Amino acid sequence: MKIVVLVKEVPDTYGERRLDLETGLADRAASEAVLDEIGERALEVALAHADAHEGTEVVVMSMAPESAAATIRKGLAMGAASAVHIADPGLAAADLGLTARALAAAIRRTGFDLVITGNLSTDGSGGVLPAMLAELLEVPNATALTSVEITDGSVSGTRDVDGGTMRVSAQLPAVISITEALPDARFPNFKGIMAAKKKPFETLAAADLGIEPADLSAAWSIMTAIAERPPRTAGTKITDEGDGGTRIAEFLIENRLV
Amino acid sequence: MSDHPADQILVVLETTPNGDLAASAAGLLAAASGIGTPVALVVTAPGGAQALAEQAAALGAERVLAVETPAAQSELTVPHVDALAAAAAAVAPNAVLISESVDGRDIAGRFAARSGAPIAVDAVGLSRDDEGVVAHHSVYGGAYTLASAATFGPLLVTVRQGAIDARAEARPVVLESLEVAASGASSAAIESVEPVTESSSRPELRGAKRVVSGGRGLGSAEQFALVEELADALGAAVGASRAAVDAGYVPANHQVGQTGVSVSPQLYIALGISGAIQHKAGMQTAKNIVAVNKDPDAPIFEVADFGVVGDVFTVVPQLISALAERKR
Repeated sequence: MKIVVLVKEVPDTYGERRLDLETGLADRAASEAVLDEIGERALEVALAHADAHEGTEVVVMSMAPESAAATIRKGLAMGAASAVHIADPGLAAADLGLTARALAAAIRRTGFDLVITGNLSTDGSGGVLPAMLAELLEVPNATALTSVEITDGSVSGTRDVDGGTMRVSAQLPAVISITEALPDARFPNFKGIMAAKKKPFETLAAADLGIEPADLSAAWSIMTAIAERPPRTAGTKITDEGDGGTRIAEFLIENRLV
Repeated sequence: MSDHPADQILVVLETTPNGDLAASAAGLLAAASGIGTPVALVVTAPGGAQALAEQAAALGAERVLAVETPAAQSELTVPHVDALAAAAAAVAPNAVLISESVDGRDIAGRFAARSGAPIAVDAVGLSRDDEGVVAHHSVYGGAYTLASAATFGPLLVTVRQGAIDARAEARPVVLESLEVAASGASSAAIESVEPVTESSSRPELRGAKRVVSGGRGLGSAEQFALVEELADALGAAVGASRAAVDAGYVPANHQVGQTGVSVSPQLYIALGISGAIQHKAGMQTAKNIVAVNKDPDAPIFEVADFGVVGDVFTVVPQLISALAERKR
């Protein structure tokens, strides 16, 4: 079985993240770049299956600038067999539609039985890409899974939807996304880091995928305005001198919050 | 006649496992009525359309297009996308609004990929300019505001739950049943759905007007009850920091923050929460923030409108009794 895991380099949420107010793009120099944790968990699902099932091949894939190669390599160090990196300056401002088309083309080219993604990236928070890929790849989507069972021919799991818990199953090939309810990822060990240097790492440009980034016949979503919100400022801070609770009650009443 | 004869906004409404309209419907219809004429789409099991149409009209839908199909309960996403494709063909909308929910994202994603419509995700507001519909976003935990639009054609927008405070006026019920040709796209099967049995009358965290959250400072699962007590006194939802969730004080669906639920309530009370940057990212767009923490240097005080440096176990009971006093 071949499992393609989508991973993403994101600005570390432990630091301040910035957008470039000219271009609207992420200011990659402003914060440390890390592999998004939810993508690491998705990779863990694939690697855990590979550990228990011989003949499972795990491929990490990402669409990101050239500079993200080192971050993607972490996926190899964790245990993926190979990596595919779609890196093309023409894709720098890609909207979700173009991103999905490029990734779907790369996934098709690599071949897959199962695609695993995180449910939401910490930067874009869109969460629509897994279903977009399923539609483009003409396979079922089973998203936001809080548990996953993979067999030779199917994938099933539990998903928390608004107001309920759902059991779903899909025939392979399929696209699934997982939530934070799934286990933390393993750490790369020294052996893994050394082995990663020798593993196949393929870099693809848009043209390799038959994608025309500047295709204006497709409708795009474009950013039309951007502004930095003034930072929130601290208000009143008091030290409790036996009347802290009463003072909060007064604040709530004054501001008509109760 | 309105100024925009072709200003129809197609709104995809979701249903709960019990067959009622999801809570997101009110905000979606209000957002749509702010930029055009809301036409609702409901996809439901046979027999469900009339009741949903009445609920949707009460929330401002000018017309309700209904698709009744058993597949709504047995197949994931695809029946809704097939229905949406048929509705979009029939209505030729200026925009399509869908809830930013687990299922809403999937419907939006598949439909965008199928139709080629550009997609704007996680909008917190909508407006209209000379060139069409504009979606407004709050990103990086509220640090930036953005606007986005389609280069041409309808914009597909997922709207953050609880972000739209406005409500539309009720309209008469106009129900039209919609013919749908199944696409045959392969879908996952829904094997079962267990409705969440709410053991309390507390509001849902997502979209709540008031939220009381607890952190590691509560010390134990038993002591976390103090958070629930204050929440009940205020009619608030219960939230938590990741630390409190990781420590097992409270289930993960209460987590507020970067990787949990983002909330923008009128009032957010943080108890024993230090205010790690990821937590702030999920709550700093709250209109009013109150914090209680022993540590005077806790970062939560940097964003609090009213902060008390003190012990939650003395401050909060006093607050609860002051609130009870006021009600009397």
